[in-house]
Amino acid sequence: MYVIIVGGGRLGFRLAQWLLSESHEVLVIDKRQELVDRIVAEMGSVAIVGDGCEGKTLESAGARRADIFISLTSEDEDNLVACQIARHYFKIPRTIARVMDERSEPLFQILGIDIINSTNIILEYIKHELPSPPVMHLLKEQDMGMEVVDVTIPSSSAVIGKAVSEISLPEGAMVALIIRRDSTPVLPQDGVLIEEGDQVIAAISPENEPLLRSALTGK
Amino acid sequence: MKAVIMGCSRVGARLAEILSEDGCQVTVLDTDATSFKRLSQKFQGTALLGNGLDETALVKAGIDSADAFIAVTQGDNRNIMASQIARHIFKVPRVVCRIYDPLRRDLYSDLGLETISSTTVVAQMVKENLLG
Repeated sequence: MYVIIVGGGRLGFRLAQWLLSESHEVLVIDKRQELVDRIVAEMGSVAIVGDGCEGKTLESAGARRADIFISLTSEDEDNLVACQIARHYFKIPRTIARVMDERSEPLFQILGIDIINSTNIILEYIKHELPSPPVMHLLKEQDMGMEVVDVTIPSSSAVIGKAVSEISLPEGAMVALIIRRDSTPVLPQDGVLIEEGDQVIAAISPENEPLLRSALTGK
Repeated sequence: MKAVIMGCSRVGARLAEILSEDGCQVTVLDTDATSFKRLSQKFQGTALLGNGLDETALVKAGIDSADAFIAVTQGDNRNIMASQIARHIFKVPRVVCRIYDPLRRDLYSDLGLETISSTTVVAQMVKENLLG
């Protein structure tokens, strides 16, 4: 396949390297001479200096026979226009634009340009890697010196199988409600035993919040 | 008529004045406040600091109820993207986009944007003057 990449920064550089290793034909277009020099030094003559939105540049790049066109500059408007020219003027079947500002995404979608949003990809990846926070702050009543928190009971917690009255809670702590994993709310009365995954809603002074957390989530 | 002009360039400022003199309700958007110095006393509309690619700024400029959107910044691609936002997202009835590059001008005319290329317009006028 013949792939044209606009933007020879870090992402364009790595992409070109990978495509070449997969035996594809690649051409990188960038306005910046130093980036083009770096690619040529590393990979041979697979980069040219030019504006990826200029008809002449694209013509000399052989855009008419390209299979994929990928625009990776840091400006949304440049990526949009480059892809529209590639698609409508040079009839390249597949165009992909990098989108920096997620608010631009609907426009790209309306105009039929495939998008990649690197910020979103990284965010999703991080979210996936992070455990959900065991304590969430629901409400802060600063005047009264207390806050309402939501503590999720992990599988390792020592309070599983106990009633709230059996747990030694820090001074001033009050458990108001337990929400089961199936979203049923239960009042913390005698005979109601804590289960894994319960969300315990409690009022506590900010100083004692760490103590409450360890009392409910500790092993 | 209510018009939003993106880019207080020489053309943008002049257009804002003419439309405003004709009784249009005009808002001019620019990312550079010093460009508003181009507007003379005759201008009765609003000058707003903001980026025409930013939908929040466009809403502030009143694009929701605008009859016309005119993109005349120095950047072809900015003008093209803003015009497509105005047309496809905000459904502004008249959208005019300045494009210097003739290839892009032709392409976006084919895609349904109302485009003007000062390069072509001026060249045409000079030719007509010369050849009578």
